[in-house]
Amino acid sequence: MTAKTPTLAVWKFASCSGCQLTLLNCEDDFLSIVGAIDIVYFPEATKTMADGPYDLSIVEGSITTAHEAEQIQRIRASSTTLITVGACATAGGIQALKNWADVDEFISIVYPHPEFINSLGTSTPIADHVKVDFELHGCPISQRQLIEVIDSFLHRRKPNTPSYSVCVECKLNETTCVMIANGTPCMGPVTRAGCGALCPAFNRGCYGCFGPSETPNIASLRDLWHSIGVADADLALALRTFNAYAPEFREASDHYVG
Amino acid sequence: MSDDTREISVDYLARVEGEGALFLKLNGDEVEDLRFTIFEPPRFYEAFLRGRRFSEAPDITARICGICPVAYQMSAVNAMENAAGAVVLDPIRELRRLLYFGEWIESHTLHVYMLHTPDFLGYPSAIEMAGDFPDIVTNALRLKKLGNRIMTVVGGREINPINVKVGGFYRAPLGTDLDALKDELRWAIDTAAETVELVAGFEFPDFTMDYEFVSLRHSDEYAILDGRIVSSEGLDIDVTEWGDHFEETQVEWSNALHARLKERGRYHVGPMARFANNGDHLTPVAQVAADAAGLRPGESNPFRSIIVRAVEIVLACEEALGIIERYVRPDPAAEAVEPRSAVGHGASEAPRGLLYHRYELDSSGFIADTQIVPPTSQNQASIEEDLRAYVRGRTHLDDETLQWQLEQAIRNYDPCISCATHFLDLTVERAGRQ
Repeated sequence: MTAKTPTLAVWKFASCSGCQLTLLNCEDDFLSIVGAIDIVYFPEATKTMADGPYDLSIVEGSITTAHEAEQIQRIRASSTTLITVGACATAGGIQALKNWADVDEFISIVYPHPEFINSLGTSTPIADHVKVDFELHGCPISQRQLIEVIDSFLHRRKPNTPSYSVCVECKLNETTCVMIANGTPCMGPVTRAGCGALCPAFNRGCYGCFGPSETPNIASLRDLWHSIGVADADLALALRTFNAYAPEFREASDHYVG
Repeated sequence: MSDDTREISVDYLARVEGEGALFLKLNGDEVEDLRFTIFEPPRFYEAFLRGRRFSEAPDITARICGICPVAYQMSAVNAMENAAGAVVLDPIRELRRLLYFGEWIESHTLHVYMLHTPDFLGYPSAIEMAGDFPDIVTNALRLKKLGNRIMTVVGGREINPINVKVGGFYRAPLGTDLDALKDELRWAIDTAAETVELVAGFEFPDFTMDYEFVSLRHSDEYAILDGRIVSSEGLDIDVTEWGDHFEETQVEWSNALHARLKERGRYHVGPMARFANNGDHLTPVAQVAADAAGLRPGESNPFRSIIVRAVEIVLACEEALGIIERYVRPDPAAEAVEPRSAVGHGASEAPRGLLYHRYELDSSGFIADTQIVPPTSQNQASIEEDLRAYVRGRTHLDDETLQWQLEQAIRNYDPCISCATHFLDLTVERAGRQ
């Protein structure tokens, strides 16, 4: 008995498309992926747009309009497994900075005719709206981790993606600590691993694009940053970037924004 | 006559970056309404950049577009260095061009092979095309991978590179890291030249438009990173003068602002514009390929833009190889840039065309005001005008054929909608179809 090839739909909400591009960037594995899974909805890549139900939905982007809030309900209802990818889908993205602002003022800064623009006051992660089966973090997500997640779905196993911090990856790479050695502020101690500790390898501090690690100790990071002369205002700025609305970063930034 | 109307509507345009739609209403042979709509939600970058540090602009604006992050980073660093009165030395400038050509190779290859060629060969996507034309798809994936490798070696990763900073780079790559790309670039120059021949053989509709082509122009190079803003109608200005000659307006049906020339209205940016204004700076193999394809600067059939884009892949590979062969590792990797209270302007050539940034900084280097004008908002008026002109004289076509060709006409621009909303879907409504 042969099993039917599972179907995949790729959805986009408010985002830059970088995470879905990661799928097209799997050049070496692209033909084997499309051999193992039937891509039936992926507007960025194909005109074929089949109706559900879908075995797997990969969702990119955050919810920023009333229309999107309705659409994600329909997608959930027609998907057996729903996986969110990237900082927008898992934490609201950088556009979640508007959650701290007056959206009418934001609209008026960008658009001469604010009355034409329809936008919710918030940018929120998909999991605030529907049940999500797995979240893959990163801005952008790691290609290696995306393949791991698709492979684990195909083999019905749990994806192996670490929740420890970037510091562990630096140690594994034998990269010298940029904070201890150079006094460079680094978000690595509180940021989820997955990028391979890229920034410290390029002689810069991590800027937190994979979001909070499991149980991040941000108060301790604050002490360390103080010791190298970084004020709370800059810590708050560092927390308020691509994963600003992730609960751990959100609460800490509210606390330190001063 | 009221029952002589018909509508064609595409709710979600495929094989473009982002969320757009097209609505066309015909009354007999008359176009009653045509709207190229960008419904991708706005993300308000200009608003939340206020109060951020000037040094954050390259990392933050990169997130406007996952396909052309380097373009955002380069226009941002140009603008910040302009505000600070800083000029980077040649080795840093060359390394920036190399990173940027990597992005052109990746983005153009994705569009030419995977998003646009299926239109000409009649496939829904490159996935189905791979079954009948495995060599084309295999070459495309290998070329794309090369573009991504260049971005990874220079920028740290291909999407949202982490190695770009105001003043230069965090760490300059070793010569040996770059040397490893040479053999693949030599293969790519030949393969890209064959691509020009392949796409030049496609069937193109007999259709030309009268465009004002706007792009950067550099005195001795095919402009990508910097230069003066010029046009085919004689505009020749410094980047800082953008606001004197261009303006942004808003239409009700789109979440993207439209840019226009104050004096002459719509204009065209992108590969055809660059080729029109910089055709004398093609690299040798790109020149031979363009000549063999019968391509001349000033080409004004937008459907033939795929050939120009393919020529630019050849050029990008030749330029990248040249930069690597001449590489001098910048030391230091970045120059110190001290912000001051000033307004900075920066422009560069994103794969889809001119990308302009303006920042107002306070004396501590915090951003007080920002304007970002991506290529797709500049091309929106041209796209709509192309569609209107294309429909005229083709209203006899059935809805399905007309829709396919109009979608193709939009894809001529490789529109990037996330860019434009920092902004596609087709509806054709026909009044009076018997």
